[in-house]
Amino acid sequence: MTIRTPLTLATVHLDIGLRAALGQAPAEVVEEVARSGIRGRGGAGFRTGLKWRLASEAPAPDGRRHVVCNADEGEPGTFKDRALLSEMPDLVFEGMTIAAWAIGATSGVVYLRGEYVYLRQGLEDCLARRRAGGLLGNDILGMPGFNFDIDIRLGSGAYVCGEETALLESLEGRRGEPRNRFPYPVVRGLDQAPTIVNNVETFAWVPAILARGAAWFVGIGTPGSTGPKLLSVSGDVARPGVYEFPFGVTIHEVLKASGGDDAHAVVAGGACGVCVPASDFTRTISYEEVSTGGAIIVLGPDRDLLDVAENFLEFFVDESCGQCTPCRLGNPVLLEGVRSLKRGECTAVRLRELQQLGRTMQDASKCGLGQTSPNFFLSLVDQFGPEILDRVPV
Amino acid sequence: MTTTIPLPTEAPAGVGATVRATINGHEVDVASGTTILEAARACGIRIPTLCHHPDLPDVGVCRVCVVEVAGQKNLQPSCVFPITQELEVRTHTPRVAAARRDIIDLLLGEHYGDCRTCARNGSCELQDLASEYGVDHYRFGQRTEPVFVRDDTGPSIVFDPDKCILCLRCVRTCAELQDVRALGVTGRGAGVRVTTFADLPLSSEFCINCGQCVNRCPTGALTAMDVTARVRAALDDPRKHVVIQTAPAPRAALGEEFGLAPGTPMTWQLNTGLRELGFDKVFDTTFAADLTIIEEGVELIGRLYHALVLGEPDIALPMFTSCSPGWVKFLEHAFPDYLPHLSTCKSPQQMFGALIKTWYAEHHGLDPADVVSVALMPCVAKKFEASRPEMTDSGFADVDFVLTARELAKMLRRQGIDLPTEPKSDFDDPFGTATGSGVIFGATGGVMEAALRTVLEMVTGEPVEDLYAHADITPVRGFDDVRLLELTIPDAVGPVPPLIAHFIPDWDWLRGVTLRVAVAHGTSTARRVVEDIRAGGRFAGCHFIEFMACPGGCLGGGGQPIPTSLEIRKARARAIYAEDAAYGEAGHTRKSHENPAVQRLYAELLTDGPGGATSHHLLHTGYTARGTFVPTGQRG
Repeated sequence: MTIRTPLTLATVHLDIGLRAALGQAPAEVVEEVARSGIRGRGGAGFRTGLKWRLASEAPAPDGRRHVVCNADEGEPGTFKDRALLSEMPDLVFEGMTIAAWAIGATSGVVYLRGEYVYLRQGLEDCLARRRAGGLLGNDILGMPGFNFDIDIRLGSGAYVCGEETALLESLEGRRGEPRNRFPYPVVRGLDQAPTIVNNVETFAWVPAILARGAAWFVGIGTPGSTGPKLLSVSGDVARPGVYEFPFGVTIHEVLKASGGDDAHAVVAGGACGVCVPASDFTRTISYEEVSTGGAIIVLGPDRDLLDVAENFLEFFVDESCGQCTPCRLGNPVLLEGVRSLKRGECTAVRLRELQQLGRTMQDASKCGLGQTSPNFFLSLVDQFGPEILDRVPV
Repeated sequence: MTTTIPLPTEAPAGVGATVRATINGHEVDVASGTTILEAARACGIRIPTLCHHPDLPDVGVCRVCVVEVAGQKNLQPSCVFPITQELEVRTHTPRVAAARRDIIDLLLGEHYGDCRTCARNGSCELQDLASEYGVDHYRFGQRTEPVFVRDDTGPSIVFDPDKCILCLRCVRTCAELQDVRALGVTGRGAGVRVTTFADLPLSSEFCINCGQCVNRCPTGALTAMDVTARVRAALDDPRKHVVIQTAPAPRAALGEEFGLAPGTPMTWQLNTGLRELGFDKVFDTTFAADLTIIEEGVELIGRLYHALVLGEPDIALPMFTSCSPGWVKFLEHAFPDYLPHLSTCKSPQQMFGALIKTWYAEHHGLDPADVVSVALMPCVAKKFEASRPEMTDSGFADVDFVLTARELAKMLRRQGIDLPTEPKSDFDDPFGTATGSGVIFGATGGVMEAALRTVLEMVTGEPVEDLYAHADITPVRGFDDVRLLELTIPDAVGPVPPLIAHFIPDWDWLRGVTLRVAVAHGTSTARRVVEDIRAGGRFAGCHFIEFMACPGGCLGGGGQPIPTSLEIRKARARAIYAEDAAYGEAGHTRKSHENPAVQRLYAELLTDGPGGATSHHLLHTGYTARGTFVPTGQRG
């Protein structure tokens, strides 16, 4: 994993943002984050300020609220959180501490992807330094009564635990299976207490927003997608790695920077993302156009798109938690459908049934996993119909 | 149209306001927090469900109940979507129909098994849905080979994972309703399955055979072991003298299998139907229930006497009832150190079984080897109970076959018998018609009420009707998880009845004593009560506690007709209490100790009285400390 562009985050001075936050009332901090327009960097794009406001306003009968950092970076093709956790963990912890001040939380958890166990020592060392420096623990930075600390907990390799409610179930010691919405975690999350779950990158941007002001953040990106965004670029490119671009960058510009000019298509968002054809490379990376949690997987001219679809669906067949019907049983059917397309055996009627099934999965699955697992397949059929239908039966 | 539904009894905190939902154009005002499913049902709109069950917490996993909610991007599961603000819902749009059809097709594609050979053919919720949504072919394929091994190694429950649709009702039943946790989920993705600890057969697990999972399984994945063919063969064998005892709970529920509303008793029609099936004699289990009351009541008095008067320190009190075989096995597993608290009395079924192969056979000149003893029970655990190795005191299996209400309904239908239209007829002698006390054994609190009727009357020498109008001891009735009752014995006690005069000299020691009794049903409640006793809580001071494994007692048993719900169980309870009351109106006795057949039994067979050597040989039993760890080396 190489960082290919200068990172704005590397220029942020530590603890300026935290000090700025402690100089304001918690509600003002929430509003500042809301004014920045920052949206969840994990992919779902929920407005961070709104999430914090809901958690801070939710009744906490015993006074407990939690800040959870989703570091279960399991989306195939995504590795920008790993860069942040290894290169600038202080920013992530500082962001969590600011969040704790803003919503009135007393405990924080980093849910670290099981495969990232090798990062744990570095993170623990960083936490120890921050405790020693009065940046965690009791009366943080001399603010009486502001007590907050952070625990690191390891996942065990389940992709679905990156889904925030499955993550919470896992933290509570149960099978990592998504919960029903209503209530949302901001109302009843970890151990029944109001909880915010934010992505690593989201937390990392928070100190900069507090230090430089919401207006600075709004000045970067597009009206609906503010700020810079880290992208994990991989696949058929000359220079894979972590890139920072302002939201609103075109796919073409990303490909140019990473050496993927001859790309046939890109997958925006990882295995749960959509397949974007070359004709759409002028579109922008943004919540308004092509949304991604960070993954840009470049598919070169020699890449068989059905191989990619098969690979992704094999992944989802394995990684579905198996709880709800559309996801548990739909993914295997789509996988078999892709294999029949590869064999040139899929009829037009069958393909329509598979497309409807994909829409049902998007529409009726319990969580984001099942709702997004058909994305690549459906966009493939939409965008590359002739290419995938014209297989000669073998 | 505007309908108002009352607040749910356990409203979530902060709920209380009324909000308006518009469902398919119907306006309905509901208490905030009401689910879309509940609101739709209240205005008569049917939304299909599979994983929803009224007795269980909802999980929203099958996704069959999804609906369109204005303002929501995706379809929403109506069973777990609470209405907290004004809401517009559409339950049957083309988009919803397409999704439901896909989901049903997916489930059918994975479901292995032939409807025509399935125990649930005709009562399967998946089959019904396939019909409702016009499934005419297997769009997403069909399993042609089984993937799993069917577990039919135990006497009570058969588990066929190939028919499982992962609605998790059984897992929630076992964990949330019963707190047994024999069933769990393992695997991930398409490999998820319901399983047992270490994949052992259920018969090797801490499973209490209560069959509550069977009652809530929407398909044929969990069924009761079917013995109808073996019973039919016995009936068709001219050398065999086949008798059946029928318990009150299935009599109150069998009508449901024939399309009648829950709570329509079939006791007397059933007697005729059973004779038409070919049974030589039809007996009433409540005879043995009355016998149980005498034996258990005397055992309780004995324990109290030894503890309170003789001051013996090791007398186990409170005494626990032992009629419910699911509860007995639960205690054997979960609290083996509390087994001395269990009454040593066999259950009515097993007492009756021992008498049929001894006293009855002898009186009728029958070779007990040719007598086949069948029991109609509301219960799946009774099958296990009959198979316990110690249940052979007659020298034979005391009970040969246990039929559930569902199995008997099948046998009747197979024979062309329409139960509701059968003429009424009485039970056979020598056991005759029993008492109302025996009948109420079928409801939670019934054993306690029957025991109190007898004990109070024995001790005070006064008719219990003088203490409780019509002998209805209503404080022990009802469906609260646990009921606690204190009764103070009056100062004026009566003479000791001759039946037990040989071991209790007088009642003076009970004058003014406060008797503390409790009733608990469902093993999750039972666990809480026993843990409370261990912790020295309020139940530790009880003298006698009735425990039933199944919610509602026997009338909610695992062998009862499917479906079940609190409303259905309440209706069955009404039928049972009505039958008890009818005994009084007809001039029959409602008190166990006044049962003439029981009195005759003590005069002719159990001549050394209740708790004597003969009754101990035939009517009492012992227990096995099982613990929570299953035996090794039995991987199934």
